[in-house]
Amino acid sequence: MSSPDRLRAIVVDDEELARHGLREMLAAHPDIEVVAECANGFEAVKAVSEIAPDLLFLDIQMPKLDGFEVLELLNPGPAVIFVTAYDEYAMRAFEVHAADYLLKPVSAARLAAAIDQARGRIGKTPPPAVELAAAARPPTEYLERLVVRDGTHVHIIPIAKLDYAEAQDDYVALHSGGKQFLKQQTISSLESALDPARFVRIHRSYLVNLDRVVKIEPYTKDSRVVVLADGAQLPVSRAGYTRLQALLEGKA
Amino acid sequence: MHPLLARRERLGIYLLVWLAIGFLLHLLLVAASHAGWIETLALVAPLCLIYAFVCLAAWYPVTGTPVDSLRELPRAMLTHLAAAFLVSGIWTLLGAGLAYLLAQIPSFAGFFTRFRAQGPVLFGVGVLLYLLSVLLHYALLAYEVSRQAEKREDEARVLARDAELKALKAQVNPHFLFNSLNSISALTSVDPSKAREMCILLAEFLRTTLGLGEKAAIPLEEELSLIRSFLAVEKVRYGARLCVQEAVAPECLSLFVPPLLLQPLVENAVAHGIANLLDGGTIRVEARLEDEVLLIVVANSFDPESVRKRRNGLGLANVRKRLEMRYAGAGSLRVHPGSDTFEVEIALPAERGAA
Repeated sequence: MSSPDRLRAIVVDDEELARHGLREMLAAHPDIEVVAECANGFEAVKAVSEIAPDLLFLDIQMPKLDGFEVLELLNPGPAVIFVTAYDEYAMRAFEVHAADYLLKPVSAARLAAAIDQARGRIGKTPPPAVELAAAARPPTEYLERLVVRDGTHVHIIPIAKLDYAEAQDDYVALHSGGKQFLKQQTISSLESALDPARFVRIHRSYLVNLDRVVKIEPYTKDSRVVVLADGAQLPVSRAGYTRLQALLEGKA
Repeated sequence: MHPLLARRERLGIYLLVWLAIGFLLHLLLVAASHAGWIETLALVAPLCLIYAFVCLAAWYPVTGTPVDSLRELPRAMLTHLAAAFLVSGIWTLLGAGLAYLLAQIPSFAGFFTRFRAQGPVLFGVGVLLYLLSVLLHYALLAYEVSRQAEKREDEARVLARDAELKALKAQVNPHFLFNSLNSISALTSVDPSKAREMCILLAEFLRTTLGLGEKAAIPLEEELSLIRSFLAVEKVRYGARLCVQEAVAPECLSLFVPPLLLQPLVENAVAHGIANLLDGGTIRVEARLEDEVLLIVVANSFDPESVRKRRNGLGLANVRKRLEMRYAGAGSLRVHPGSDTFEVEIALPAERGAA
């Protein structure tokens, strides 16, 4: 048998009836204690950092922050069981990344199986949030906004407001309107989530918003820099220059 | 393919007609030449059989010179007249040859001389028969053309219906369906009578949706009642987060609109408006009549910070396409995105009867 401890769980769903239904089904599991209910992603992020539960039942479609964004902001966080009505891409992503999930309406047997599986995952590395979210996005869609957590505060950065991103070890520094936000993600995975017609990888460590580029200047004998609207200068590699040129010519 | 050779029963009727023609020709020749009726039969029977099939060949010059306007008539007439003279000439010569051979049989001696005087009669009959056959083939051609047009029209109708059905299927959103079932599942213990009520609302909505697909147009009143049952289901899910306002001028209720035109708009209003708002919002449905134009507005509150997913463009594009197909330039769909209200306005010609 799994650990004798009771698991402390939070139920996150924007529909009161759905929360109620799940809570009622969980009453049949004496080893699960529902310690909080949240009606949206903001509440969920806050509750998780305050309560530090073992398990999170997470709806995907919610106002403000969706389930994937919540997961991104809780790294590392509790074990997560996604709950969704119907989303073919999300279901495929769960299968690929072996995430636990339940389909609405939830059956008692599936719920028990998911809890058992989640129990085995507690304390282990959670599924890679960013990759899971990327896999759940329809193939023709790009990210429209980025979410970053700063303590309990959540910043939402619309893509149009992102000036450039800079790789810093396991993080990317997102530069937006003179401010800088750190996000745990590789620059390559960020690059693949953004519209390639709007964002160019000008350098191993830099991804730039094409709308912000004012000019390209020579720097040394065979290297260049781009100058952004706010005066910032970023290095351009040779391969980056080729990509930049191709995009600018395509636009002209 | 030749229309007479293609079907055995048609060929049978055609040959029966030729039997009658042969009989008349036989009478004519016997009366005109005082030849014996047996020797004349021996000549007329093979000649008619051959000519019956020769006349079938008129189909090819007929399909080659279709007469679609009066201007083409003289050329076609000349073509067919020339063909008639040529074919009949050869036929008459063939007849003469046959008569000559028959005359070698002792009992038919002198038949060739008796026949020769009737050469011009045979020639004239040949020309006439060929021209009649040309007319017959023009009639057949016209029939074939109209039948094919009818078939094409039928096919187009089937295609249009298929497209419509596909569109309807896509419109019953699985997300809506599963979420509603989830609400029912939760309600069964909290409030069983409410659960039953929701089952009935959902069934009503689905049944109406399926029934409407058959119709080309329905009174606005019916579409509004469909929307009401849809929103009643959503209201159970969203509770106080979903408010609905309706402002419909009474003279609009009896006007006809394509079925399920507004339902996808209202569905979008819930999924992309209300569902993204922490405290919910309002959906407003308006209809009024202005200068014989039916104006319908579906508006919803939305969160300006929420991401506009590309998927919601699909419902709008679908509605726009249906308006285009049905009203050509006379119907339109306009989108007015405000700072916190999203408004879709549809304009249609006022239709007072089901078309």
